[in-house]
Amino acid sequence: MYDQLLYGIEAAINGLMTGVMYSLVALGFVLIFKASGIFNYAQGVMALFAALTLVGIQSGQVPFAHLINALFGTKVHHFGWTLPAVAAILLTIGVMILFAWLVERYLLKHLVNQEPIILFMATIGLAYFMEGVGDLMWGAEIKKIDLPIPQGINETIDSLTYDWFGYGFYIDNLDITASIIAIFLVISLTIFSQYSTTGRALRAVADDHQAALSVGISLRSIWVIVWGLAGFIALVAGVMWGAKSGVQSSLSLITLKALPVLMLGGFTSIPGAIIGGMIIGMGEKVFEFVVSSSWFGDAMGFTMNATENWFAYVLALIFLVFRPQGLFGEKIIERV
Amino acid sequence: MSDGYVTPDGRTIGGKVLEMRNITLRFGGVVAIKDISFDIREGEIRAIIGPNGAGKSSMLNVINGFYHPQEGEILFHGEVRKPMKPFQIAQQGVARTFQNIALFKGMSTLDNIMTGRFTHMKTNIFSQMIWKGPAEREEQENREIVEKVIDFLEIQAIRKTPVGALPYGLQKRVELGRALAAQPKLLLLDEPMAGMNVEEKEDMSRFILDVNDEFGTTITLIEHDMGVVMDISDRVVVMDYGKKIGDGTPDEVRNNQDVIDAYLGVDHG
Repeated sequence: MYDQLLYGIEAAINGLMTGVMYSLVALGFVLIFKASGIFNYAQGVMALFAALTLVGIQSGQVPFAHLINALFGTKVHHFGWTLPAVAAILLTIGVMILFAWLVERYLLKHLVNQEPIILFMATIGLAYFMEGVGDLMWGAEIKKIDLPIPQGINETIDSLTYDWFGYGFYIDNLDITASIIAIFLVISLTIFSQYSTTGRALRAVADDHQAALSVGISLRSIWVIVWGLAGFIALVAGVMWGAKSGVQSSLSLITLKALPVLMLGGFTSIPGAIIGGMIIGMGEKVFEFVVSSSWFGDAMGFTMNATENWFAYVLALIFLVFRPQGLFGEKIIERV
Repeated sequence: MSDGYVTPDGRTIGGKVLEMRNITLRFGGVVAIKDISFDIREGEIRAIIGPNGAGKSSMLNVINGFYHPQEGEILFHGEVRKPMKPFQIAQQGVARTFQNIALFKGMSTLDNIMTGRFTHMKTNIFSQMIWKGPAEREEQENREIVEKVIDFLEIQAIRKTPVGALPYGLQKRVELGRALAAQPKLLLLDEPMAGMNVEEKEDMSRFILDVNDEFGTTITLIEHDMGVVMDISDRVVVMDYGKKIGDGTPDEVRNNQDVIDAYLGVDHG
């Protein structure tokens, strides 16, 4: 039983950190939703696109190589250089800002004052459009993130826990890194939005569009900033998830992992996205651990596997029933 | 009154800050404003009054760019103003308040009033991220101005309170503070005393007069309550059913037969 308890704690810690990775994706949703009321379905694809772009730029791939070769009969694939990681990251951030500007200029601008459902549909369209563009630009094969991110078992924790409990916990360095980065991101975002002029403008726009306009804030430039920030967060999420499971089109499915996090944490709360992610991640792993264990089997007469696919949604649904606005969401009171 | 005038209480009123020429505003088939012209002069308190649905708020929304009139021109400091977005007009120095209070409810009084300084803050997002240097300096400079506004409006006690939690009268005052913080060339007040009790109305009237007196701010206000308006304004435009039926000093307007018929007649049976 003591063993089982230790395995359970290990699963919980790992779940917690996987949850932080979900939060990274959810964070991008929250930013855009707060500022513009748009549920951006494309957030997952943005993560994929950002990761593809990073790998492509870093390895010196020629963008749209297949297209260029087909059109002009050339055989270009690589520029023949590899860029240092920092340069590639900065360039990718530049691309994501350009992307934000393009989205505002060619999509959002034409959809001002439309129903939320129309905007939602537009982001679904955007998601698949981007997936296509990503393919065309960088090719569809699975790619590897080539950044100096620590990966594999953390020896220190392993040996420490072995000394203490007689059982070494398996905690992945990647998860630890991702957690630290996510926490750092949240803290800096919070400070930025609390104390800077632009941060105040972001909160103002999130609160009341008309009033924001009346004090001289341009909604359009705020949207570019918000989409740019969401693009940056997508890059971080894309890199972390990409390092975990390779950069491939299934990466965009992390959207589906972020959804229950948002249902639980509330669509408008940055801390909600983090706490929500942790609860979902931990709940998922612990539940799976319990229902697939042999003692659960002995007691109940059956065991369950692969509960990770649905558990998050069930948990989120239960939360929805009791707290529709989410854990930290603002309660909406309609005056009659 | 081509080049300013002197008010009965001895203030000198300057040239035209804003001039509306033959403004017509339609919503589909409904005419909200019909061929209205008037001007607003530097340093004066200009009121627009009229019964409900007269088109007063529409007029304010035209001035600040929420609505674009189908006909007529608007001159700002003597130059014809191109059709502009509200935020661009705010950048030109036009600040406003709203009839139904449009504050940032989740933000503190201080933060709300700081947003009023937005048009004066020029550092870009990247230097704001670095914070040290220009961004910090700019924040401090603007913060000083905001603190003066807070002192002026006597709302020190609620500096850190989220404005959504404040009583109505104080919210109105914070909203005035946000507009004042912009140090506007033209301040638009949409029913600043609507829904207030007598004491709050007196406070608000005093603040409006003090703003005008101390900073020389040009103020245009819309009001339903005729009594207060007549006491504090220099000149009054009277609207009814989208048309202008009177324009002049409070005394002139009070004695204008059209105004008596259309406005007072209705009001006092």
